[in-house]
Amino acid sequence: MSSVAKRRSTPLIVLSSAFVAAWLIVAAFPFLWTLWGSFKVQGDFFSRADWMNALWGTRTVIETGSAFTGNGYYGAFVEEGFWRAALNTLVVVVFTVIVSLTFGTLGGYALARSGYRYAFWLLMLALVFRAMPHITLVSGYLLPFFEWNLWGHKTTAIIVLVAINQPFTLWMLHSFFLNIPKDLDESAMVDGCTRFQAFRHVIIPVMWPGVVTTGLFSFLLAYNDFAVTAMLLSQENQTMVPQIAGFLGSTFEEGNVMFAVAAVVSATAPLLLLIIFFQRQIVSGLTAGAVKG
Amino acid sequence: MPHRTFLWFILPSLLAMILFIALPIGSVLVQSMHVEHEQVLIETETCGPFGCTPSVSVDQNATRALREAQPLGRFNGLRTYTDRNHLATAEVAQAWSETDSLTGFAGRLMNLPFYKALAFTLAYTFVVTPLVIVLGMAIALGVNGLPQLMKGTTIFVSLLPMIVTPLVGSLILFWMIDADGVIGATLQRLTGDPNLSLKASPVLTWITLFVYGIWHSAPFAFIVFYAGLQTVPAETLEAAQIDGASRWQRLRYVVIPHMAPLVVFVVLIQLMDNFRVFEPIVGFSAAANATSLSYFIYSDLRGDVAQFGSAAATSMLTILGVAILLTPVLIRTWRDFNRKRV
Repeated sequence: MSSVAKRRSTPLIVLSSAFVAAWLIVAAFPFLWTLWGSFKVQGDFFSRADWMNALWGTRTVIETGSAFTGNGYYGAFVEEGFWRAALNTLVVVVFTVIVSLTFGTLGGYALARSGYRYAFWLLMLALVFRAMPHITLVSGYLLPFFEWNLWGHKTTAIIVLVAINQPFTLWMLHSFFLNIPKDLDESAMVDGCTRFQAFRHVIIPVMWPGVVTTGLFSFLLAYNDFAVTAMLLSQENQTMVPQIAGFLGSTFEEGNVMFAVAAVVSATAPLLLLIIFFQRQIVSGLTAGAVKG
Repeated sequence: MPHRTFLWFILPSLLAMILFIALPIGSVLVQSMHVEHEQVLIETETCGPFGCTPSVSVDQNATRALREAQPLGRFNGLRTYTDRNHLATAEVAQAWSETDSLTGFAGRLMNLPFYKALAFTLAYTFVVTPLVIVLGMAIALGVNGLPQLMKGTTIFVSLLPMIVTPLVGSLILFWMIDADGVIGATLQRLTGDPNLSLKASPVLTWITLFVYGIWHSAPFAFIVFYAGLQTVPAETLEAAQIDGASRWQRLRYVVIPHMAPLVVFVVLIQLMDNFRVFEPIVGFSAAANATSLSYFIYSDLRGDVAQFGSAAATSMLTILGVAILLTPVLIRTWRDFNRKRV
């Protein structure tokens, strides 16, 4: 901190602080605005008269008698059955994360410890698979899934999401296992463990930080997915994100767009909790692949 | 690690990838060479007192039976690829010979759905990626100068646009730029044009989508660059200062070369992610003015009758695009790998 090179002139500090402050407003304002607006009526959130109405809730007071209303949330969750979509999301996401991490730790460990050339080729293949637009894969699934009656089930969506997740999970866990010294499991094997026993008793106890970080990103991929869940799930198995898209198509009547606003806020809330509790892991995960070059 | 042990460890993961990534690509290839069966026609003659008139009608039952028996459709070779909705070879050749200026030719191309989607996808990829890098670097440099206490909060807030579900994030912005929304109404007041709508004109829609893309991806670049800035060697910076380098020169000749590998990394990830731009077009309801390759596939699959052949052909062309995009990276990694082995 005392380094001379890091000292800055006052105008530069002011300028850079102002820039960062502007960025923070750009980043946070849409979320705050939508959160606030979700407790208003449509006439305020989309105010023809004056955008200040959304702040004070002028129409909301006239229509409901109070400055805040939970009508959007009531409409979305109770009338439109958004709670079922939330439940489906929970099931799909939890199982996707568990299965991808199980497959990913085994595979990532093998890739990190194998010195052969094919391990490198597998990683390259995973990189190519990582770049595939998900919707191109979906167009390959639909017809066979219709034919074999696999379409519409949550299990199908979970397996597909696990597979789409694998390339990323493998890369990430592979680099975490590279950081765990080889000597650890090799000395266990010298003592007579098989490779799997060494993995089970020596590696598993020390791998959790890497697994948690990778799990967070698997969670995000499954939670944020639209292409796979929108195309592969039937109406009753629909998860939150496609359901929100569905609100837009069907309910552009007066007031009903607020259902979508409330649903959007509800779908963002878990992500906010995720950042609050796991900010450090998310940042370290983002930089893990990068800093090593 | 012996081959056999390696195989057992990698098997579940490899199986999942082969079954649900590699095979679907094969399935897409097969589907792209087939189209739906034509309707079965029957010719009947209706005879009356003034003679017989032949009439042709569709045999609904036979058509349905044929489509159920062979859901893949009939073999069509590469014709789906060259039809009007994809590469449109005939239309392109015609446009080339009929127009005498390059702009006129480009205008004709933009009327063909595939080229329209390709143009937006490429524009999005190559506009958003560099701007994300620049903005991310600027934020990282700015935050680096802040007092320690504020850094945590800044990172927390910055993570929001990146981590939010793309569809949700684009909806949030879409509602704000609505003519009755806060940004849309303010823009109308500022420009004094009460009919200004960001959704109506193609140019404004494209710009809106680009802005969304930058808003969504800049935090990623920022976090990576910020982590990189922490590892810039202080001795080199001081040595440069003693040699009389100005602040800008230190940034240009010490910090930026140190960050080069990170920039390459972010560019790679951004190219891959921006090329598959899809959710914002759904969220912003922008399909009339801007479609991407991914959206094109989605709308084929979503139509009243799913057009598997057409969607599959677009998918193959998209995969080809990804392959072209990735080739330099793969060649580079291959060289690095060989250098390390030697």
